[in-house]
Amino acid sequence: MNSDNAILQVQDLCIDAIDRHGKTISIVSNINFSVVAGQVISLIGESGSGKTTISLATMGYTHPSCKIRKGKVILQGEDLLSLDLSQVQSKRGSDIAYIAQSAAAAFNRALTIGAQVTEITVLKGLMTRQQANKHAVSLYKQLDLPNPETIGELYPHQVSGGQLQRLMAAMAMMCKPKLLIMDEPTTALDVTTQIEVLQAFKRLIREQNVAAIYVSHDLAVVAQMADDILVLNNGKMVELQSTQNILNSPEKEYTRMLMEAVPQLQLSSTSHQSSTTNIDMQDSDHDDPEERCLTNLLTVSNITATYSSNGTVVLKDVSLKVKMGETIGIIGGSGSGKTTLGRVISGLMPPSKGQIELQGRVLKNTYKQRSLDDLRQIQFVFQMAESALNPRHRIRQILGRPLEFYLSMTGKAAEERIIELLDLVELPANFIDRFPRELSGGQLQRINFARALAAEPKLIICDEITSALDTLVSKAIIELLINLQQCLGIAYIFISHDLSRVAKLADSIAVMRYGEIVEFNSTDKILEPPYHEYTELLLNSIPRLRTGWLEE
Amino acid sequence: MTKMQAKSGPFRDLLQNLTPTAIICLLILIGLILLAILAPWISPHMPTKILTNESYQLSSDTMLLGGDYLGRDMVSRLIYALRITLGVTFIVTVLAFFIGCLMGFLAAVLGGIWDTVLSRVVDALIALPAIMIALIVIGALGSSLPVLIVTLAIIDSTRVFRVARALAMNIVVSDFVEAARVRGEDLKWIMWHEIMPNALGPLAAEFGIRFTYAILFMSALGFLGLGIQPPHADLGLLIRENMQGLLFGSYAPLYPALLISLITISINIFVDWYLQQLDTALPNEF
Repeated sequence: MNSDNAILQVQDLCIDAIDRHGKTISIVSNINFSVVAGQVISLIGESGSGKTTISLATMGYTHPSCKIRKGKVILQGEDLLSLDLSQVQSKRGSDIAYIAQSAAAAFNRALTIGAQVTEITVLKGLMTRQQANKHAVSLYKQLDLPNPETIGELYPHQVSGGQLQRLMAAMAMMCKPKLLIMDEPTTALDVTTQIEVLQAFKRLIREQNVAAIYVSHDLAVVAQMADDILVLNNGKMVELQSTQNILNSPEKEYTRMLMEAVPQLQLSSTSHQSSTTNIDMQDSDHDDPEERCLTNLLTVSNITATYSSNGTVVLKDVSLKVKMGETIGIIGGSGSGKTTLGRVISGLMPPSKGQIELQGRVLKNTYKQRSLDDLRQIQFVFQMAESALNPRHRIRQILGRPLEFYLSMTGKAAEERIIELLDLVELPANFIDRFPRELSGGQLQRINFARALAAEPKLIICDEITSALDTLVSKAIIELLINLQQCLGIAYIFISHDLSRVAKLADSIAVMRYGEIVEFNSTDKILEPPYHEYTELLLNSIPRLRTGWLEE
Repeated sequence: MTKMQAKSGPFRDLLQNLTPTAIICLLILIGLILLAILAPWISPHMPTKILTNESYQLSSDTMLLGGDYLGRDMVSRLIYALRITLGVTFIVTVLAFFIGCLMGFLAAVLGGIWDTVLSRVVDALIALPAIMIALIVIGALGSSLPVLIVTLAIIDSTRVFRVARALAMNIVVSDFVEAARVRGEDLKWIMWHEIMPNALGPLAAEFGIRFTYAILFMSALGFLGLGIQPPHADLGLLIRENMQGLLFGSYAPLYPALLISLITISINIFVDWYLQQLDTALPNEF
């Protein structure tokens, strides 16, 4: 940490939030760090730890309801916080650039990519349009984008999510900034795309010699990118160390906790085996393993599904069996059809061929034709709890409705059951009268899951329910799922792109690609060599918790 | 209007954020509404009673704002006209909202052919100038209160339909609506329990704006002599009746005009403030 040639120095930064009644709450306090050119510092912490707030403050910006109480943000010897708005604005986009979490949301769908990538430089008069276009093409090349000469003429929806994220990096690098801020740039991407993007970013930072701030909750990703890691908790610095030191000898308890929460795949090693056998043994305490193996709950046979609008085949001849009380993991990259499979089973999307049987009875194709009891038996848990729960309903109504609807339970009995359900998902009973916006992401996901439990189903389909949550919270949710299965004997179909997480709870795993199941086997077999070629690619794409893995 | 917001959530929080202009507008509106409701007890004379033979009498102790062209008390005329204007437009707007929201939500939830048919019918109605439709219908059926109310409500409901449909379209694609569908909920539940609570805020604002348009529209009809028929009068008719007075230096036609402006401006400013509150009250405050 040499502060003499640092591009950016943050000194004693404190930020307050001001709520509607004018009360101030300190959300970030006493932050000190600096970055030199060509180096990456990573801010890591749970959601709400203030990492995004700090990264925005390094651009001299805060959310309108926040205020920088004190501190300095010194960019190349100049304190950004002492400048007025127009001076700071002249720095943004030329000296400082920002890459947002979701490129899909940050691009304007109505303009071509090229126009948006070059917009700021041309607007600021730093380059003419021709120069800008030429520079953009060279950046596309550096970022390994396909057809660098013509990709700028496409619209955002015509390229993939990973490409869009790299295009956003190109947009950020257009003005040759001194400081690059990346806010969870790969969180929305699946593992195989993630590594491509990470590699492209890393090379770009080295070649352009910029100082970078990388915000993430994923220690394994950060381990690949960062030279230094700043661990944050509740807006305070926990520790600031080089990546090597943090990974090898974390000083603080909290850092160790974060590291333990990173799901680690131990391929056919002893510790994984012992943990699965452990779960199996616990299972057998509750129900007879013989019986469990015999009863088939759900049989999906030869399902083919197409989008009616353009005839694209999204599922090809998919077959799957789920037994009572077991967990099937479905993994695959984005666009592999794993979510569609879940939607077909729940009746949200009718298949064009094939049939689904629940306990020997053939289910109707769409939810509209299915009986109330069939609907009750299969519950679907949506990925984003924030949008899956009606913001205007209290928890009482959210959980009470399936009770009333399926089980005709109202009044006192329903209230007792709601409290029981809250207890099952480890939430306090006084949440019953809260609105969804008063809960955190992890708590919302628990409510979302409790709503499925309320119907007393045989099968719950979980669609990427942990992918929007940070590591510690999703670890807790997975543990909750395992515990509940042991008590209630519900079967899960767990859809995810994260193999390491699925391996933690699934009895069997189906690997999907291009709408087909390429491999379907018990978890142990999947994780044992010889691997299927695509499974191996997925396994190798999971970032490992050590430095230098990305280069390998 | 104010009552509708109470349902939409933290009513008390909303009141605490009242700005001075919003308070003034709110007080004006409440005052006018009270005036309209309490008309029979407040007004000094019967609105139809001729007190003097002199036209456009200047203000005096018995007639505070002077007399109209027939020598009737202007204050009483105004209070009763206000009562009729506010009463009729309120019924019109409520009816328009009922029809517009129901159709708009149906179009959004059912989609497909239903959406196409409903939307095109509304497009066709909107393509014709509102005043022309009103003139044709009233010309054909004669001007009676039921005809007036139903005609205005249907014309207004086409505007409400568009807003309601657009709002519902955004909500219908949410996961929580999909969750309700896959739970097996029927149309009624989805419309009233999933969509309505989330559309209520913007709809309440739209109600205010539609209300002012209905007042303006009804006043225009009154001014053309196609609205409420004499001896009763709404604010538009009051202007028409007393227009000649301007030549004699009487203020009589200005009072009703002033009242119309006062109501519409107050509602507009109040709705503006309310929309600002909606924006700031969005979740994810940090």
